[in-house]
Amino acid sequence: MTDSTAPTSTVAGAGRLLDYWTIVYKRTWKGSAISSFVNPLLYVLAMGVLLGDYIAGDPDQLDGATSYLAFIAPGLLAAQAMQTVFGEVTYPVMGMIKWQRTYFGMTASPLSVREVILGHLGFVMFRVALTCGVFVVVMAPFGVFATVWGAVLAFLAQLLVGLAFATPIYAFTAGLKDESAFALVFRLGMIPLFLFSGAFFPIQNVDPWLEAVARVTPLWHGVDLTRMLTLDTVDAGTALVHVVYLAVLAALGWVWAVRRLTKRMSF
Amino acid sequence: MIFASGLRKSFGSFEAVRGIDVDVRRGEAFGFLGPNGAGKSSTMRMVAAVSPVTGGTLRILGLDPATDGPEIRARIGVCPQEDTLDNELTVSDNLFVYGRYFGLPRKEVRERVEELLEFVQLTEKARSMVEDLSGGMKRRLTIARSLINRPEVLLLDEPTTGLDPQARHVVWDRLFRLKQQGVTIVLTTHYMDEAEQLSDRLVVMDKGVIVAEGSPLTLIAEHSTREVAELRFGVGEHEALAEKVQDLADRVEVLPDRLLLYTADGEETVTKVHERGLQPAATLVRRSTLEDVFLRLTGRTLVD
Repeated sequence: MTDSTAPTSTVAGAGRLLDYWTIVYKRTWKGSAISSFVNPLLYVLAMGVLLGDYIAGDPDQLDGATSYLAFIAPGLLAAQAMQTVFGEVTYPVMGMIKWQRTYFGMTASPLSVREVILGHLGFVMFRVALTCGVFVVVMAPFGVFATVWGAVLAFLAQLLVGLAFATPIYAFTAGLKDESAFALVFRLGMIPLFLFSGAFFPIQNVDPWLEAVARVTPLWHGVDLTRMLTLDTVDAGTALVHVVYLAVLAALGWVWAVRRLTKRMSF
Repeated sequence: MIFASGLRKSFGSFEAVRGIDVDVRRGEAFGFLGPNGAGKSSTMRMVAAVSPVTGGTLRILGLDPATDGPEIRARIGVCPQEDTLDNELTVSDNLFVYGRYFGLPRKEVRERVEELLEFVQLTEKARSMVEDLSGGMKRRLTIARSLINRPEVLLLDEPTTGLDPQARHVVWDRLFRLKQQGVTIVLTTHYMDEAEQLSDRLVVMDKGVIVAEGSPLTLIAEHSTREVAELRFGVGEHEALAEKVQDLADRVEVLPDRLLLYTADGEETVTKVHERGLQPAATLVRRSTLEDVFLRLTGRTLVD
């Protein structure tokens, strides 16, 4: 007989949740698999190919892209990472705290709050990797990637973009009393970010003050980083700023998430 | 197994637990009896090493929950008041994933899942979704889950609240078997019959403090009489009639719907009541229970 034990590290503890998340995923993958394949295809066709037909492929106007399709493809990829995260760390997290109280079951075992968070975020990142991986594969035949390496790095960049959104929004959710704030999160947070962070048009096109606002949003950093990688127009200094910005956001979000959920669960 | 001294828990300015002393020994079934809001659940959450202690000393299996929470939780089983099962997973998956949280190998967990389903009589439901189970089945599943790590101490917070009488008896029967196997059981309840059935020793809690301690029998012997005669009169008459029978019993309690006469011989008391020309609508003679102890100690009934 093996005795039950306390985990030796946070990562080891989170690893004990692997079977839980695997079972959850096996139960839900069908619904998400179809949308994660069809959605990018529809966006690329409608916006990139059909709408793009009306837009001159002028590299000077489009951050160096030779077609509108090549311009918006990386923007849509980063937006896909963001949207996946918004969906995964709002209602599902609240459900595990409040509706199903699954987290309370987990923390009654030797697992602690930070292990529960790490396990859940691990699952979220798996979902980001999957949807963005599919996106990259769907877009590749349209010739939007300048190099193969660019495609691989653009994919990896989405994990960073995803994490930069995942930890702070998770933290926000962890302290919420009920789900009423989520409607605002989506309408005033996600959708404006999606529309005005440089995914659909170069942010130099808007008023200087609006451009300044766009430049501090996390999605713009993600979009610009992804675009540099897909178009092979990487400027090392700028890319580093993007990476550091996103990494710092992810780290601050993590600290906040642990603090908020610990407070929520240890009454 | 569990030692508490001057244990306190506050939420802001509200003191839920106001300095309690408890010493639970290996192999015993220990009960916390009290009404809702007495501080039982807050105490249980501290003992389960999920709620920080506000003041006093608490040791579980000799360990301090402030520093050794995960080690403690690895060795105890917790059956919370509200089920925290995953409704969208099957019965056996719920147990399987839970066993994995304790760091047990998959093969070992699978064997234990089978054993435990057998133990709580849910083998046929192994592939059902939890949301399709009845309340009693969910409770048994939660109990099975709390046993997956073969705990040294099992904590049960209101194990049968909300269950119908039949389901309660099934749960009690399983808990009884665990007790016979030597598992140390700590439970909270606001049902006096449950406390009497399951606990060797118990404390009565009210407003965050312990008001009495002992075995169910000694508590009854110390704080109540052997028998109780219950007299029902018309609504609103009880208060006035209490004075007329005051001298027939050691003590008289006035409840909204009846009088309780505490006495050594209930039948004899009822006869004397009739001799005085009083005609209660109904009479009942019964043995004293923990409910009477509670009423005596706090002036209130357990379940309002």
